[in-house]
Amino acid sequence: MIDARGISCPEPVIMIKKAMMNQAAEYEMLVDNRTALENVTRFAQHNGYTVKATENNGEYTLKICRTKE
Amino acid sequence: MNLQAEKRNIIGAGLLIGLIAGLLVIAGNPANMGFCIACFIRDTVGGLGLHRAAAVQYLRPEIMGLILGSFFISLLSHEHAAKGGSAPLTRFLLGFVVMIGCLMFLGCPFRMILRLAGGDWNAFSGLAGFILGIATGVFFLNRGYSLKRTYNQPPLEGKLLPALQLVLLVLLITAPAVILFTKAGGGPGAKHAATVVSLGAGLLVGALAQKTRLCMVGGIRDAILFREGKLLFGFVAIFISALAVNLLAGNFHPGFANQPIAHTDALWNLLGMYLAGFGCVLLGGCPLRQLVLTGEGNTDSAVTVLGLAAGAAFAHNFALAASAQGPTFNGKIGVMVGILVTLIIAVSNTVKESR
Repeated sequence: MIDARGISCPEPVIMIKKAMMNQAAEYEMLVDNRTALENVTRFAQHNGYTVKATENNGEYTLKICRTKE
Repeated sequence: MNLQAEKRNIIGAGLLIGLIAGLLVIAGNPANMGFCIACFIRDTVGGLGLHRAAAVQYLRPEIMGLILGSFFISLLSHEHAAKGGSAPLTRFLLGFVVMIGCLMFLGCPFRMILRLAGGDWNAFSGLAGFILGIATGVFFLNRGYSLKRTYNQPPLEGKLLPALQLVLLVLLITAPAVILFTKAGGGPGAKHAATVVSLGAGLLVGALAQKTRLCMVGGIRDAILFREGKLLFGFVAIFISALAVNLLAGNFHPGFANQPIAHTDALWNLLGMYLAGFGCVLLGGCPLRQLVLTGEGNTDSAVTVLGLAAGAAFAHNFALAASAQGPTFNGKIGVMVGILVTLIIAVSNTVKESR
């Protein structure tokens, strides 16, 4: 679980970019603002992953899974 | 929202913002300066008497509108939240030196685009410096630069700077003797659209920029860092529509010499915007973005805006700002010191990942 709460642009995307270097099939990330949600989602989609976000009291849990071919 | 919709929205917003910027010049703003966050903050602190450069004293409603527009729209969409505590003093200092860099170039990144759209080719050297500065910032981002996280703040914290804009608006309208105004014909401070036009433009652009996350620095930064073009599209859209308005209104004058509120010293245009680009990457956003985030309740950005304001006041009190005649000697030192300070901030906040 990558905790990116309170982390400002562009760090959340840098965090997921670094994590994706090990090519895992699934990641979980926590952000607490919509800009980070949008940026991470866009980056993940760009790189062949689908993102499912669940909101809980202003915090978003992102399940980032590699898109099945 | 999917990627296509996001792209469409930011292009649409960019076209509208460029149009508004071009129209503001027709409505009375200085040439190639429908918006300039740096110049307008500088004019505003001048109006408050924090510097005494008589040519640039006017409480700019565009700044008030940008913060308030973002404030109102973020309240509506429940994106307003008081957050802060991520190295505020460092951010103040970065804001301070970024302003020095911008006043060397005579424009913020937003005005840089508008100058290009007006045919001021001196802005190309600014753009080159800007890109180099961003690349330097990206170098540190990749190596782990961080000012650490923000924390929730008491709700009032996030409303103070927006509230201050209302105070400034009242001061502008009532014009008590303590508020300074550049005399007619006395300089760029005397060139302004009507208050309601400037305020309305600021409100609209602030709301659009908040919704689309528009950021001049972010556009180039994300292209270098992630090969991601979304923010860049907004950037380009602003240029295109501002250019169109200028061409139609006869405000496009291509060339290097005699450009309005600009100088031809390419090296110092480059270095000034190098400092701005580098500093803004470390800040996480360009001056426009800092205003928008301030409206959203981000108190770190509010502190950055105060740093920009302080930098503007000092720049004119210490003769750091350039003019159409070119850079000053003090200004050159100011920019070099600013770059050094930014480098020190970058290095000391970069943790090498040694895993």
